[in-house]
Amino acid sequence: MEETLVNKYTPKDFKSDQEVRWCPGCGDHAILSSVQRALAELGISKEKIAFISGIGCSSRFPYYMDTYGFHSIHGRASAIATGVKTANPELSVWQITGDGDALAIGGNHFIHAIRRNIDINIILFNNEIYGLTKGQYSPTSTKGLVTKTSPFGTVEEPFSVGELVIGAKGKFFARTVDTNISLSTQIYTEAAKHNGTSVVEVLQNCVIFNDGIHDTVAAKEVRDDRTIILKQGQPMIFGKDNDKGLVLEGLKLKVVKLGENGITEKNLIIHDAEEPNPGIQYMLANMRYPEYPVALGVIRAVPGLTYDKSVRDQVREIKKTAKIKCMDDLLMSGSTWKVE
Amino acid sequence: MGTKTHAIEREEVVIRFSGDSGDGMQLTGMLFSDTAALFGNDLSTFPDYPAEIRAPQGTVGGVSGFQVHLGHSEINTPGDFSDVLVAMNPAAIKANAKWIKPGGTVIYDEGNFTEKNIEKAGYEKDPIKEEKLEDYNIIAAPISSMVKEALKDFGLDPKSVLRTKNMFALGMVYWLFNRDLKYTEDYFDKKFSNKPEIAEANKVALRAGYYYAETIEALTPVYKILPADIAKGTYRNINGNTATAWGFIAAAEKAGLELFIGSYPITPATGILEELAARKDLGVKSFQAEDEIAGICTSLGASFAGDLAVTSTSGPGLALKSEAIGLAVMAELPIVIVNVQRGGPSTGLPTKTEQADLMQALYGRNGECPVVVIASSSPSDCFHFAFEAARIALEHMTPVLLLSDSYLANGTEPWRIPKMEDLPKINPPFADKTNVPFLPYKRNEENLARSWAIPGTPGLEHRIGGLEKTVKGTVSYVPENHEIMVNLRAEKVEKVVEEIPDLKVFGAGSGDVLVVGWGGSYGYLITAVRELQAEGHKVSLVNFNFINPLPKNVKDIFKKFKKIVVCELNLGQFADYLRIKHQEFTYEQINKVQGIPFTINDIKEKCIKMLEDM
Repeated sequence: MEETLVNKYTPKDFKSDQEVRWCPGCGDHAILSSVQRALAELGISKEKIAFISGIGCSSRFPYYMDTYGFHSIHGRASAIATGVKTANPELSVWQITGDGDALAIGGNHFIHAIRRNIDINIILFNNEIYGLTKGQYSPTSTKGLVTKTSPFGTVEEPFSVGELVIGAKGKFFARTVDTNISLSTQIYTEAAKHNGTSVVEVLQNCVIFNDGIHDTVAAKEVRDDRTIILKQGQPMIFGKDNDKGLVLEGLKLKVVKLGENGITEKNLIIHDAEEPNPGIQYMLANMRYPEYPVALGVIRAVPGLTYDKSVRDQVREIKKTAKIKCMDDLLMSGSTWKVE
Repeated sequence: MGTKTHAIEREEVVIRFSGDSGDGMQLTGMLFSDTAALFGNDLSTFPDYPAEIRAPQGTVGGVSGFQVHLGHSEINTPGDFSDVLVAMNPAAIKANAKWIKPGGTVIYDEGNFTEKNIEKAGYEKDPIKEEKLEDYNIIAAPISSMVKEALKDFGLDPKSVLRTKNMFALGMVYWLFNRDLKYTEDYFDKKFSNKPEIAEANKVALRAGYYYAETIEALTPVYKILPADIAKGTYRNINGNTATAWGFIAAAEKAGLELFIGSYPITPATGILEELAARKDLGVKSFQAEDEIAGICTSLGASFAGDLAVTSTSGPGLALKSEAIGLAVMAELPIVIVNVQRGGPSTGLPTKTEQADLMQALYGRNGECPVVVIASSSPSDCFHFAFEAARIALEHMTPVLLLSDSYLANGTEPWRIPKMEDLPKINPPFADKTNVPFLPYKRNEENLARSWAIPGTPGLEHRIGGLEKTVKGTVSYVPENHEIMVNLRAEKVEKVVEEIPDLKVFGAGSGDVLVVGWGGSYGYLITAVRELQAEGHKVSLVNFNFINPLPKNVKDIFKKFKKIVVCELNLGQFADYLRIKHQEFTYEQINKVQGIPFTINDIKEKCIKMLEDM
């Protein structure tokens, strides 16, 4: 979707007449406003935008957008969005989902949408908890988390969204934090411009059932030292004083301090989201505090053929030389005989 | 289409084994006949040797055949056309092509269809195409390579290994006709009692063929209705799955929409997806989904985006699609869900037929969740009912569940080809500028359908979804609103009754016994009823295609008969449905759940007993 009419809209133009019903303080409010900003920036005509969601707190999102919207059933948004995009590739299709919706009940559709490289933008609100059902653990909950259905702590390994996306042959993966509106807006814009499935993981806060779950890395006072914002073509540098960086030591990433042991900016890895080999991007997506800073920004963005375009191209190609041009032709094709 | 029809029963079948004189076709045919005879079939056989015992290999002159005709009725002449041809080489096709019944089954050994053999038989490249057998039920089996693989540890010379090809083919035919292997196995034990490894090799090849057919879920058209009075026109053969697929393409053309199918392979429905996947020339978008749920969900997405959306499945798949059908009911989007019924429950009898998904189709969802339910009743009328299902879905903005079954799906019959200009135009209720501001659940007063605002249309941006809504599309938990909406959705489906044809009585409009059927059992019921009528009994038939809503004139017909007997391949689901919808009548039942259809005698005997008891 590359129709760009700058300043055609303001974020307000994307607000629907529905009252937003998320809990006060919920991270979803900030995500909504970042998406509305991104759309205003992108300038895609409103009628060409469709928001598709599954079930969960995040999935109420389409009601608050003054675009086409379909709030569907639990886990199936990827499949429905796939149908929408394949039926009409001219639409800008956005899927709003959560960690339970996309990775538990909808895991199958999620990985297959990514594998096929359907040109949709998936925003995955990851609060590591089931909010709508009031506080059960999710597939991204940290092992040991105590919730209503894990009163003694979970005994399961969580999924890492980025790992799953790359494992499913994903070509675009980015991560942001709900409250960081400017970074989020920029990432949603890039996700929209990428041709193919774009997955954006948003570290989102559930103020009621998992409050502060991302604070260790995302709180204002610590975030500069515990996250790294990756920028295409730039050295991987972070820290309040821009004094830390990432280098490759053997086959592993390592945090270094600039100036120590003769390390300068030149020793740092240059971020390349467009590199098809996902090796380093995979390691970046999996960095966890305290060993590493958590990676934000566009981690992987590799161009590739999209499913919807390939379907269209195949139909066009076959039609060129087809003998059957309409239903009457098909009906009369093959062996027929006349009864007089 | 001809209305006077007669059915050929499944048990009456002609099978021809054909190959090189060295392929052991005579033995194969004889073993099959003996097994059939032990099974209790009446049969006639027709060995057909080549004139020259040592005619050149691979040539038409060297073809040896053995034909078995088995059935419940009187023996026919050896000149009968065959339902199944087993062709061990291209020459066997050449020798027999014109003797295969239209739409019959051809099993051939792919490994033997080499360029050289094809040429020897007098073909250019593709015997199936050159004989115009593409519409037939073609099973290309790699028989040669499979026996080599199955017998690789036997230490036999290659010639002896290939000599068991006929047993592999026989194993496949046993699977198709559900016959026991025991007689054949005993035969080898006796015949080769001093060469146990040869006995074992033949048995292994036989079983390998049997399991191969089971694995590929090989099916044979076993249901056939031939019009007795043939109307003028151009004809072709068509099976139920292809006819269903074509009905959808025709509907898309008449509605001016693109066709989208999201589906997951499942026996016996896969043919619909396969046929539509091949129709890129007509712009069909086919999506082979990751599972049944994604099959319907992608379709529903396509429907939201403005395509004619369909999905195809069989019983277990329909169970998986239930939740999404509920969403389609709630969102009031047009979609056709085809259920090609098979034996159930669970995996059940995947290759056999049954009509036991009726209640699932009518009620198998949470909440008050009515959909239109239609059932096709012959392979070729699958076209008409697929078209109608799509028309109703589009014009009434509702999901439609179309029931077919394994026999219709794979059965082939001659079909008078319709002209597109004779089919009605389909007019979906598209929203336009006059509908601004767009209220998603505002309805047409006549048929209660909502308007369809297609994404991409300026000014009609709106939100729909699975939560209960007001007319404006706002989520609402107001008790009264929910009740109003539940009633409106039910009423909308009921109003489809205005557009469906009256139920038709085959035979006199009044009498002693009314035989009632639905969907695919039509062919057998009409044959049985005609025979009863010819014998002077006051018996008539009605066969339902429109299940929900039921036609308007049901009561008027039912009240003119002394007894009503509902015949179906389940334990009485349609009878129970009629007991709910038309409580004033008493329903007797004839049921069968063996994975096979009724025989004419099943119906006749019970009807005669009912007449005697009157």
